[in-house]
Amino acid sequence: MPHLSTYVGLADRSEQILAESFRAVGLGHARAVDVFHTCNLLAEMCDRHRRQLAPIAERYGEDDIEEPERLHADGLAQARDGEIGLLRDLQDLHVLATLVQTTWTVIAQGAQGLRDAELLDVATTANEETSRQLTWLNTRMKVAAPQALIVAP
Amino acid sequence: MVDRINDIWGEGTPHPRGTVWPARVDLHLEEGVAEADVERWVQSACLLCSNGCGCDIAVKDGRMVGVRGRAGDTVNHGRLGPKGLYGSTPWASSSDRLTRPLVRRDGQLVETDWETAMGRIVEVSKGLLAEKGPLSHGFYTSGQLFLEEYYTLAVIGKAGLGTPHMDGNTRLCTATSAAAFKESFGADGQPGSYTDIEHCDAIFLFGHNMPETQTVLWARILDRTRGEDPPRIVCVDPRHTLVAAEAERTGGIHLAPRVGTNLALMNGLTRELFTHGWVHTEWVEEHAIGVDDLRDTVAPYTPEEVERICGVPAADLRQAARIFGESEAVLSTVLQGFYQSHQATAASVAVNNLHLLRGQIGRPGCGVLQMNGQPTAQNNRECGADGDLPGFRNWDNPTHVQQLADLWKVDAMTIPHWAPPTHAMQIMSYAETGSIGFLWISATNPAVSMPESARIRKILAGEQCFVVVQDLFLTETAELADVVLPAAGWGEKTGCFTNVNRTVHLSEQAVEPPDEARSDLDIFLAYADAMKFTNIEGDPLIGWRTSEEAFDAWREATRGRPIDYTGLSYDKLRGPSGIPWPVNDEHPDGTDRLYADGRFPSDTDECETYGHDLLTGGAVTETEHRAMAPAGRAFLKGAAYTPPHEEPSEDYPLRYTTGRTVYQFHTRTKTGRARSLDQAAPDAWVELSPTDAAGLGISEGDWVRVESPRGAIEVRARVGTVMAGAVFAPFHYGHWDPHDLAPDAEHRLANELTMTVWDPVSKQPYFKTAACRVTKTRDGDGPSPAPTTAASAPAAPQTAEAPASPPGGATSSEVLADTPHYALDPSSRRT
Repeated sequence: MPHLSTYVGLADRSEQILAESFRAVGLGHARAVDVFHTCNLLAEMCDRHRRQLAPIAERYGEDDIEEPERLHADGLAQARDGEIGLLRDLQDLHVLATLVQTTWTVIAQGAQGLRDAELLDVATTANEETSRQLTWLNTRMKVAAPQALIVAP
Repeated sequence: MVDRINDIWGEGTPHPRGTVWPARVDLHLEEGVAEADVERWVQSACLLCSNGCGCDIAVKDGRMVGVRGRAGDTVNHGRLGPKGLYGSTPWASSSDRLTRPLVRRDGQLVETDWETAMGRIVEVSKGLLAEKGPLSHGFYTSGQLFLEEYYTLAVIGKAGLGTPHMDGNTRLCTATSAAAFKESFGADGQPGSYTDIEHCDAIFLFGHNMPETQTVLWARILDRTRGEDPPRIVCVDPRHTLVAAEAERTGGIHLAPRVGTNLALMNGLTRELFTHGWVHTEWVEEHAIGVDDLRDTVAPYTPEEVERICGVPAADLRQAARIFGESEAVLSTVLQGFYQSHQATAASVAVNNLHLLRGQIGRPGCGVLQMNGQPTAQNNRECGADGDLPGFRNWDNPTHVQQLADLWKVDAMTIPHWAPPTHAMQIMSYAETGSIGFLWISATNPAVSMPESARIRKILAGEQCFVVVQDLFLTETAELADVVLPAAGWGEKTGCFTNVNRTVHLSEQAVEPPDEARSDLDIFLAYADAMKFTNIEGDPLIGWRTSEEAFDAWREATRGRPIDYTGLSYDKLRGPSGIPWPVNDEHPDGTDRLYADGRFPSDTDECETYGHDLLTGGAVTETEHRAMAPAGRAFLKGAAYTPPHEEPSEDYPLRYTTGRTVYQFHTRTKTGRARSLDQAAPDAWVELSPTDAAGLGISEGDWVRVESPRGAIEVRARVGTVMAGAVFAPFHYGHWDPHDLAPDAEHRLANELTMTVWDPVSKQPYFKTAACRVTKTRDGDGPSPAPTTAASAPAAPQTAEAPASPPGGATSSEVLADTPHYALDPSSRRT
């Protein structure tokens, strides 16, 4: 199952990158306090997914992570400035979260095929929570967009 | 003659379960005026808390000189509380009323005429509209205007300008109540009624210090707990309030969760219902969706886990849940202890969940009262000056938006509906950067009432945003404005307002406003005229001139919605007073209680919102909502507990929480100008537990510095009944002082310490979850100025030297031998 273990590694890495990016955006836009607090909350969701995955990753082995390098998206090391910056950062987070979600979808399919109930459970839960992250990002972008696009200094 | 400062609730009239609450008529006239001297009594309702007590205003020589409760009013059966009695009228003839407009010239506010003041407003408004468009405009209102004023402003904002930036201080007091209704039932609207008090066998008060916040409602409860077949009381509050004492007296229980942990407690209570088979499975099956997810969400919250998180003994949680699970008719009330605390909406929704799980909603005794903080807050929610669309319409539903566009004869694109309305804290953030460059504040005092005061003052005083303030007095906020408009107040204008349990009252003009002061309605109409707002037919957008015409326009806006005013008119409201909506052909005399048929306004095409993720605030889409096929069923929604945003640390080891005293309202604009009330609570204080006070070497009356990462106050300490580890500060005191005598006027503002943080769904700021440290600065020279009554009473007995409050003015109180008939009251019988 070399490719499944590859995807397990990818899930772990992309959740890690998403968590770091949530934290960077939260900190960078700390003046928007709801962004600060919610980003931290959502980063903790990513951390939890990684913890839940850890024992399974050990089972599958995580050695082969060469190939999916091409699939990795770069995280956001630093937030942009201002209201437009916030809008773009939220969009970037949305892209990263989408990669995470499709990764879990792929893993869930593999877990079905292997009848690995434990992995299926982790992939399903994580997928649902990634949906919640995407929903919040969408909601927050809709709120921020008009003012940022039209009036912001 | 009764002193209602020290006898807060007045003479009891205990009565058995299921019988009508007796009537007692309370009256107060200013010193030197006898009842025979009163020339006219003018119909109104009290504006000094959210209870909505019907009253008549006494007029003599063109002045308001007192008030009397209306015996036949469905809300109060004649009673009034200390604030209503003593505080309703003295402010009106106060010598420091604003009587002429002011404009800022060379940094100073100077008197001017209306033409100049309105000319300045319109010039800035038009300039910004041309340069940046309507998103440059923001409006921040109140919970104390009349519905005609809110509706008129809503039409100006949504159809005239087209700005989503409208909110009120209702965001600080009642937003979570509305949000919890919308999430659970699909639309705003109080399910229960005050008449539930007469029929219940248990009352749960969640974060609700009712003896101080709604004294007349508490008197109604006391008349049950002191009568035959009393209900048991359960109190959830970190302070040992009188509710807690009554809980212990009635065989109920007091749960004191650590500040910020309400949701964990609620999840524990919910789990107990599932564990012990107290869920009414058939009812839930038919009338609610989401029960499986909720059961999973609360599964980890065992009583022991709740004890670990909240500090509430597991056995106490079990007992409280048992009372809920085994009572046949539970009434729940919820207020700021939940609304202004961490995970506000999720915790308040959890109260709705308990009732849904037990199938206890929609019949006498089984009520939820998600309370309001202010007398007209409900109307701000209904009419849409808080940003919502009028008539509980859904901004995300194009049909609802089109209904308003048709009613107002404007292009639907004008009406801002592309995103949720901008909430108060976000409006302030936009004003901070100048993204909003025109901010109009009516009848509220954010410089004192908003969190993190230093920041708010800077925003209002700055050059980046033009600020208009209309008020009765030169408040701490008005002092910072660019233009100040003198407003007419209660009794000086006519209009309607609606209380917590949907009861509509008409408040008639009793006297003329002073000098050049104008009603808020007239001010908004003057702005609309000057801006020349028109509809697509080229006619003026606002087609009304009087409050009655405005009411009739509003009535049309409610047609076909859950909030139906179509059967109401000024004439009808002049009859037996206090009529709860919906009032229509089906319910010509109003409706005592919603959802009697177990059908909720949750359908996708009917609901006010598609709902949210309670943890993040992420919005549910129309497609997702439709897929759930609510079909008139209520939603059971849950969320996991997360720790509060600021936990005590080594530097700030205590939990800081703010709240009210029974004698003051808001920032004391009215109550501080009433001698009896002012003397009873003349200056700020903080309450510490005896344990913490002893540890810090603090005695009653000592001066202490209370500090958070954001700011500090220096006031005197009351060693009181707050739980160990918590510090309570009353939020009423800014630097304004009626006598300029307060020694701490410049450093007593409780919101200097609070955080800028809000609930993800209701966007209500959290005033009750900051960390702080307390240090003694010097010895006091006597007890603190805190009242010695209610929850501020000193901890007995070591500090009992604190004297009772000075007596209030004389009032009279007469229990009527024959209780009037109350048309909708299930226990009222015609005699």
